[in-house]
Amino acid sequence: MNFEFSDEQRQLHDAVERYLSEQYGFERFQSIKGSAAGWDRTVWRGLADLGVLAITVPVELGGLGFGPLETLAMMGDCGRSLLLEPVLSSAVIATAVLRPFADQTHAGELLAGMATGEKIAVLAHFESGARFESQFVTTRARRSGEGYRLDGHKGVVMHAGAADTLLVSARTAGEAGDARGVSLFLVPRAEPGVVLDVYPTVDGQRAADVYLQGVELPAAGRLGPEGEALTAVEAALDIGLAALCADAVGVMQAMVDATVEYVRVRQQFGQPIGRFQALQHRIADMLIHLEQARSMSYLAALRCTAPDVGERRRALSAAKAVIGQAGRFVGQQSVQLHGGMGMTDELKVSHLFKRLSAAQIMFGDSDAHLQRYAALSQA
Amino acid sequence: MRLEFTDEEQAFREEVRTFLREKLSSDISDKVLNGYELGREEHLLWQRRLHERGWGGMGWPVEFGGPGWNSVQQYIFEEESALAGGPRLIPFGTKMVAPVIMAFGSVAQQQRFLPKISAGDEWWCQGYSEPGAGSDLASLKTRGVRDGDYYVVDGQKTWNTLGQYADWIFCLVRTDSQAKQQSGITFLLIDMKSPGITVRPIMLLDGGHEVNEVWFENVRVPVENRIGEENRGWTYAKFLLGHERTNIAGIGIAKRELARLKRIAARERQHGRPLIEDPLFAVQIAQIEIDLWALEITNLRVLSAERVSPAAGPEASILKIRGTEIHQSISELLMRAVGPYALPFRREAMEAGWQFDPTRESPGPRYAATLAAAYFNQRKLSIFGGTNEIQKNIISKMIIGL
Repeated sequence: MNFEFSDEQRQLHDAVERYLSEQYGFERFQSIKGSAAGWDRTVWRGLADLGVLAITVPVELGGLGFGPLETLAMMGDCGRSLLLEPVLSSAVIATAVLRPFADQTHAGELLAGMATGEKIAVLAHFESGARFESQFVTTRARRSGEGYRLDGHKGVVMHAGAADTLLVSARTAGEAGDARGVSLFLVPRAEPGVVLDVYPTVDGQRAADVYLQGVELPAAGRLGPEGEALTAVEAALDIGLAALCADAVGVMQAMVDATVEYVRVRQQFGQPIGRFQALQHRIADMLIHLEQARSMSYLAALRCTAPDVGERRRALSAAKAVIGQAGRFVGQQSVQLHGGMGMTDELKVSHLFKRLSAAQIMFGDSDAHLQRYAALSQA
Repeated sequence: MRLEFTDEEQAFREEVRTFLREKLSSDISDKVLNGYELGREEHLLWQRRLHERGWGGMGWPVEFGGPGWNSVQQYIFEEESALAGGPRLIPFGTKMVAPVIMAFGSVAQQQRFLPKISAGDEWWCQGYSEPGAGSDLASLKTRGVRDGDYYVVDGQKTWNTLGQYADWIFCLVRTDSQAKQQSGITFLLIDMKSPGITVRPIMLLDGGHEVNEVWFENVRVPVENRIGEENRGWTYAKFLLGHERTNIAGIGIAKRELARLKRIAARERQHGRPLIEDPLFAVQIAQIEIDLWALEITNLRVLSAERVSPAAGPEASILKIRGTEIHQSISELLMRAVGPYALPFRREAMEAGWQFDPTRESPGPRYAATLAAAYFNQRKLSIFGGTNEIQKNIISKMIIGL
């Protein structure tokens, strides 16, 4: 039992923290958020130079071959800086989707391109009506000549607009809700029939609803055996969930820090408001939530690749439930303790709050995970 | 970073389990696992068992006759002991006064007191709180007036836990009324058989006799029973309060009680189904289990960090607050799990071995009898040892620095 980061993990964290504190201040965030694309290629190249985009790519494809603990070590920095670039979507989740298929030429090439930052891929899996249920896939892939023809609609696909390639799940058999019959396809975003409705999310990131209208793909565009892809998708989503937890803990830390700083400086009735016990106790409660959340982000990273799926899901649901509840408390109370200033667009705290609120919903909210945990406990 | 304990720690855990299997008798563990109180002799018997194994001085270094365990080993012992139904360790001797005697006592005091604490020959209790001094401990008023080779002690202590069993009491007394609050206090060890000491029970809301008032009238205490220097008692008292707080969360006991809650909820029925399958009840259990998991990892993080550098920060206060909240939540759900049979309040039914008249139908399940009393009793957790509000003061002082 130990909770120390290795030297390598600490170096990665330090490098990312240094880069983002120098290159990704709040003003930079504001200007990137206001730009048309909503992300920045210079920053992306900077992250590639640091090795951030290569960390989970296999060594033989030019990556660093790291895992969830290295991801944990640097995701908090991304959250703290409100990073808008698709690190979670592409460098963590999409690489995890692709890794089991790395010996297929197209997947291997894509991974190699992602490691250098030249290529961006995102998983397009969840659909409207699915809520947080990963088996709910209605998008169809029908045999068409030598290849496939895809029809369907994927909802709230994070960073789809930034991607060169969409990793699309589609049914080759069965009905929505079936575990079997889901296949995975590499879909170039520019392919005819791929239509994106791009929009910002509440926290200023970008997402899109993706419409697939008779998209023709070659047989080589399929990843792995037909109908057997859901396991790989769920494994990648679990890795992504753990990384999102770490991101959220970074955001919470930034909010606690900002709030402590604010109550030290803000004067009312001739003294800093931090002298008032009601506020002190609120901050103590925020810190308690933060530390429980941090503990669970460690658990999530340590268990997100556990081969025993039941054990993995129990741990991840426990982590997401705690982190969602902690995020709600820390976020809401940070705004409260900033008073009217907490409501303004001008202060970083409101943006941190929105990032945290988005993270609460992504991959299932606390209620969904509490229920899943309870169900797994009785199984 | 890894969650698993090392091979050595696992081997130690096995050693503890073997000891518990061999030495913890089922008449004691049955009581603990079913929520019955233990008496003086049962606690001392267990202390003797630990002593025979060389583990009587829990947390003590080898030079004072302790097992020399690190904090991880102590954590493992307490977790295993709790899960197996071992008696909770009465902390006043081994964990409170003993470290003070080791750090600040004379060699004569160390030789006189420590072996008897380890061997379970003498029971200690605490004389800190007074009617006017709770969280604000330094405002205490019990006086100690020097008279030759004696201090003459007059005053009143309260919230004295299990003093009715005690042979000795460690006390803070005011020896200089002119000095600033904290600097006129002296730390005395007082024989409970001394003339002038009266122990009066304080009956609590659960009907139990767990705490007392202790009155001192012209009690003569030999100067040789003073710890360290006169008027420096506050320093020793603070050392005592800061000692041994890494197991303050009581993870093992919480796990045991949560398992008991699940057992009971599986036997209780609602709408013809086990209560544990009720969606609302199941989610409440899940919430507690998840919160406990988070706290367990937080506790392990503190232990892990202590290996690198000793704890200095608000960590112990976090463990205390969350631990007590979780214990209280479990006790509340336990009470609610038995529905109307939480209502009968019969002291005789709260004793182990109580037999209901076998010719009549049972008045509710046997396990229900103690649950309401336990719920009421557990409200103390967020009050003693520094109220949870005081803990939040400590946390905010350390992080906000105001």
